[in-house]
Amino acid sequence: MSLPPGVLGAATTHMNVSGQPSATPTRRGTELAMLGFVAGLVALALVVISENQTQSLNPNLLLYVGGYAVLCAGAHFAVRKFAPYADPLILPCAALLNGLSIAMLYRLDPVLALRAFNNGDSYSNAAPKQLIWTAVSLVVMTLTLWLVKDHRTLARYGYTFGLAGLFLLVLPGVLPCSISCAGGAKLWIILGPVSIQPGEFAKVLIIVFVAAFLVSKRDLFTIAGRKVLGLELPRLRDTGPLLIAWAVAIVVLMIEKELGASLMFFGTVLVMVYLATERSAWIWIGVVLFIGGATVAYKLFTHVQTRVTNWVDPFADAQNDGFQMVQSLFSLGSGGVAGSGWGAGHPELVPVIQSDFIVAAFGEELGFIGLAAMLLVYMLLAMRGLRSGLAVRDTFGKLLAGGLAFLLLWQVFVVVGGISKLIPQTGLTAPFLSAGGSSLIASYIMVALLLRISDAARRPQATRPKPQAPIAEANTVLVERPS
Amino acid sequence: MPELVLQLTRAGFLALLWLFVLAALRVVRSDLYAASGLRAAVPGVFRKGTKQPAKGKTARQLVVTQGALAGTRISLDGRPILVGRADDSTLVLDDDFASTRHARLSLRGSDWYVEDLGSTNGTYLDRAKVTAPLRVPLGAPIRIGKTVIELRT
Repeated sequence: MSLPPGVLGAATTHMNVSGQPSATPTRRGTELAMLGFVAGLVALALVVISENQTQSLNPNLLLYVGGYAVLCAGAHFAVRKFAPYADPLILPCAALLNGLSIAMLYRLDPVLALRAFNNGDSYSNAAPKQLIWTAVSLVVMTLTLWLVKDHRTLARYGYTFGLAGLFLLVLPGVLPCSISCAGGAKLWIILGPVSIQPGEFAKVLIIVFVAAFLVSKRDLFTIAGRKVLGLELPRLRDTGPLLIAWAVAIVVLMIEKELGASLMFFGTVLVMVYLATERSAWIWIGVVLFIGGATVAYKLFTHVQTRVTNWVDPFADAQNDGFQMVQSLFSLGSGGVAGSGWGAGHPELVPVIQSDFIVAAFGEELGFIGLAAMLLVYMLLAMRGLRSGLAVRDTFGKLLAGGLAFLLLWQVFVVVGGISKLIPQTGLTAPFLSAGGSSLIASYIMVALLLRISDAARRPQATRPKPQAPIAEANTVLVERPS
Repeated sequence: MPELVLQLTRAGFLALLWLFVLAALRVVRSDLYAASGLRAAVPGVFRKGTKQPAKGKTARQLVVTQGALAGTRISLDGRPILVGRADDSTLVLDDDFASTRHARLSLRGSDWYVEDLGSTNGTYLDRAKVTAPLRVPLGAPIRIGKTVIELRT
């Protein structure tokens, strides 16, 4: 008789009737509130530093406070425009760490400049540079969000990214030492005043590649081989990719004289293989490979031996090789539980405090309480990344988010473990905290990718196919007339 | 800066830093319930203005309580139930007051909804005429012509 009205009615009234919220909250308001909190916290830190150091409010303070607040607002509006459903915590956590880094560099600049002056060296202030690098990083983040409208498009260029990443990883090692050597490692490309650390970008590219590779070759890794001691080992030929990653890590270690980059590279590949296959055998294989590689590296390379000796007993050679490590321990120790307060400690006694050892400066001035809060912020950031990975629907997105979140935590562990003598020290930078453009830009690219994935995870699907059987196929039940 | 103020700002900054962490954890907690959209019907959170069925019970069968087919039961499996005189209806009525395609019951989420398919004599839920899809509570009579049906567990 009149089927069409009913059908139309069902289609149009569906969302109203079902009682479920038709629009997922974007939670951008939460993000803005958290960013406002962060900006206030950083402003407070800068004011306290200025008061403690000069007993007055420095007029250039306004530049930092205002500039940082403007950058936060800009980042917020970029996310609002390009990833409206992104996670509300990722950006505030990154912004807090970045802001604290600017504050700490602002605090360190006068004392470092004074020391350089006394030694007859030149010193250019790190805080204004870091503020500029933050602006550049946020622009790069916005560009990434704008270019990568859907993270799955990245999977298409997996091999390209992989080659580019490998190229960047090895590039400083093969360049002549005059433009790539600094501080005993060949990690940089120094062109005039600008120095780039291509390894920082390489790790992001390689994660994209590994995620794409594992998604396309996933079956290969789950074929069961022989069972040894309750562990299902994969077949020997399937371990090829992991062995290649291991070999690359060793080669990088050899030519760049740097533990950190190869440790990042190998650890992240290993964990992503584990994420893709859910088989613990891979972890054990990786650990065995790592122990083998570490032993070989220790036997062959003197710089590795130095690091290990410093780790075992930094006080054995406290005035030369162990000096940095010893000063870092003193710095953390004098900070104690509650810290000395902004500007009241002497973190400048630690060599390269502004980049590799900046965590020691926070440990001294904010103490265990402050440093623990900062580590929790790192953990929250990684946790939100992992959560986005769990919530997103495609495998590539899951692996990418998992890899990025793990890389962040892994790097923090290696850095903080290094400065606190838990593990041998490496030359890695603390993400968002260390002075330096490459590290900051790479970290914000990672944030952009996590924002993109979380946006995809929370965005309501445009067309949700409604499982509704056509009337012709509707279940017909035999109805019997009661007697 | 006086020593006292220094100590106060030192403690205050650490307190605010931890306040940020706690605020972030609050956001995480609120997200646990709001993230998926599928979790809108959290147990214990009732929507305003609609009568809720008995807790945790969903309709399992449709029972004809009055009319020529009284006593008939149809088990519900989530597919829509079509009621009318047409042969392809789920519940075929032999009733002069019913239209060929009279009404439809369909499942949305965990609730059943009744809608009138433009019948001549109308469909009534309890005593209200069904003009737009209405949620059917358990045990509420739906009158179609001379037939009355209701949902049971």
